[in-house]
Amino acid sequence: MDDIVIKVDNVSKSFKLPHEKYSSLKSTFVNIYRRKKTFELQEALRGVSFEVKKGEFFGVVGRNGSGKSTLLKLLAGIYNPTNGQLHVKGKLTPFIELGVGFNPELTGRENVFLNGALLGFSRRQMKSLYQDIVGFAELSKFMDQKLKNYSSGMQVRLAFSIAIKTNSDILLLDEVLAVGDASFQKKCFDYFHKLKKDKVTVVFISHDMNSIREYCDRAVLIEGGKIVEQGDPEKVAQAYTKMFMKSGASTNNTGARWGTKKVIARDVKIKVGDDNVKIDVVYSMEKPVENPIFGVTIFSPVGIKIFESNTRWCRIKTGNFKKADVCTVSWDMPNIFTNGTNYVTVAVADSDGAEFYDWWDEAASFIVDKDMITTAVALPEHKVEIKR
Amino acid sequence: MKPILSQKNRALLAELVRTDFKLRYQGSVLGYAWSLLRPLLLFLILYVVFVKFLKIGGDIPHFPVYLLFGIVIWNFFAETTSQSLGSIVGRGDLLRKIYLPSWIVVLSSSISALINLFLNLIVVLVFIFINHVDLLRTAFYLPLILLEVYILALGISLFLSAAFVKYRDITYIWEVAMQAGFYLTPILYPVSRITNVTLQKLLFMNPMGQAIQDSRYAVITHQTVTSGTVFGSSVIKFIPILLTGMIFILGFIYFKRQSKTFAENV
Repeated sequence: MDDIVIKVDNVSKSFKLPHEKYSSLKSTFVNIYRRKKTFELQEALRGVSFEVKKGEFFGVVGRNGSGKSTLLKLLAGIYNPTNGQLHVKGKLTPFIELGVGFNPELTGRENVFLNGALLGFSRRQMKSLYQDIVGFAELSKFMDQKLKNYSSGMQVRLAFSIAIKTNSDILLLDEVLAVGDASFQKKCFDYFHKLKKDKVTVVFISHDMNSIREYCDRAVLIEGGKIVEQGDPEKVAQAYTKMFMKSGASTNNTGARWGTKKVIARDVKIKVGDDNVKIDVVYSMEKPVENPIFGVTIFSPVGIKIFESNTRWCRIKTGNFKKADVCTVSWDMPNIFTNGTNYVTVAVADSDGAEFYDWWDEAASFIVDKDMITTAVALPEHKVEIKR
Repeated sequence: MKPILSQKNRALLAELVRTDFKLRYQGSVLGYAWSLLRPLLLFLILYVVFVKFLKIGGDIPHFPVYLLFGIVIWNFFAETTSQSLGSIVGRGDLLRKIYLPSWIVVLSSSISALINLFLNLIVVLVFIFINHVDLLRTAFYLPLILLEVYILALGISLFLSAAFVKYRDITYIWEVAMQAGFYLTPILYPVSRITNVTLQKLLFMNPMGQAIQDSRYAVITHQTVTSGTVFGSSVIKFIPILLTGMIFILGFIYFKRQSKTFAENV
């Protein structure tokens, strides 16, 4: 039993959300007088139990609003559980956000020490780490400048260096760490590999199934404040993907939409096969138009543009349309997409591309769930051969 | 039981105080000098109005120093409480993202005020020499009296900072309370000017009144009316000290209870 470092025992957390926030005495008194207290009890976590062993890379998976962040904050000690108990053995350092407490009016050097103190390190400990941190961030020349004169990239670099050079027994990592440009992401992933090699206990929160599969030894899936699946990361990742599969490919109405509405995209249908992805977009003409350009763009689960094409680039003359005509534009392409939710943006413009009739961001999405994984932006069908 | 101030908490406290101090006079030309100038200028105004115009305090020896000393102690109390009041809300972004023992935040604001107090006491000391005041032997009691003021201020600060998370009116209420407190405490006027004995006694129920008069008695002149003079040997004279202790304990308990939900409510 000695090797269990985090024990979460039947933990529940609920928040009282007042229907109207009474933050002045008057409204409180008025309320007492009326003897009415209306609030909603929001149960963010309900009876969650799990254990994390020493040296384990433990994944926590769930949709937005599933209770992941609440769990993270409970583990970090920011919230207290409403019910149940949490035991953490050893020094736990949370990285819910990089550069907590960074102050723009202080110099880089002062911020390193302030951030270190907030993470629970003494000045002496920080002094011994200081050269390392500055070296890794490649900011030695700028340490005596105020943070407000740093570019945002420099700030992130400094914060990230502090995060990885300070060492502790248990790390709480939120996937927000893995933001930034490609080279920075690579640094993050290299860092994750190093943690895994060094057998540091890590609790890793993500909704990128590829990294869960790649790094985690075990994982839990949280949905509606409860654990619905736990154990093998592969099993958890599949359960997570299935949750979305129920709805399958879907059109959504949340994306931004604009245009002159002479032509309107009515529907987007997506068929995801093992080899191919087929996207059908139905357009209706509200006014007569000549040679409109139809286009489609696909974004990967992490928001990188993977595919973009339109009828002009394909050198297709689309012809003339009368008012109230309806047409379907079909796109067929090899399934090079990576696991997770890919988003499709559709558009239609006039023959010069000068006037957009309809532009619909994230008009639809589709889920890819391949056996193979990658950390790259695309995963084309491929073969590997070894010759000796 | 873990030590209250573990090495980790000490480091955090030191860092917060350091940051507070660095940022306080950010961008002002005179910088830290303002810590000294503010009470001195206030003293100058009050001195001109009350001593020169209204001729108050003529019968008390070294009245200007006596007045300055009172103002410095009151300012320490006012600064601690008003700075701590918003400290939890002010650090709300931190408390939502990282675990911090929240009382350290309040303590750090109070320590900035404590540092100011020491700077101001040096000024008082300079005035004491300029005015040829014979420092009394009883001055050794001063740290004890200041400790009482600090405990009182800290207790109130804990209560205010926790209540401010829920009720944003507190800041306005406290502003008015401090105005009232300034005049209900014998800072500007000698207690002897109050002829009604019952009122005098009531005045000394106020821990700040008792503390300021005791400090003046201990350091500047024994010709100061203190709670000892008013109540004689009666145990009633310990009521202000008892009140201080009670306020601290209640403030601490309230803070402790509320602090569990700071991260959610702030």
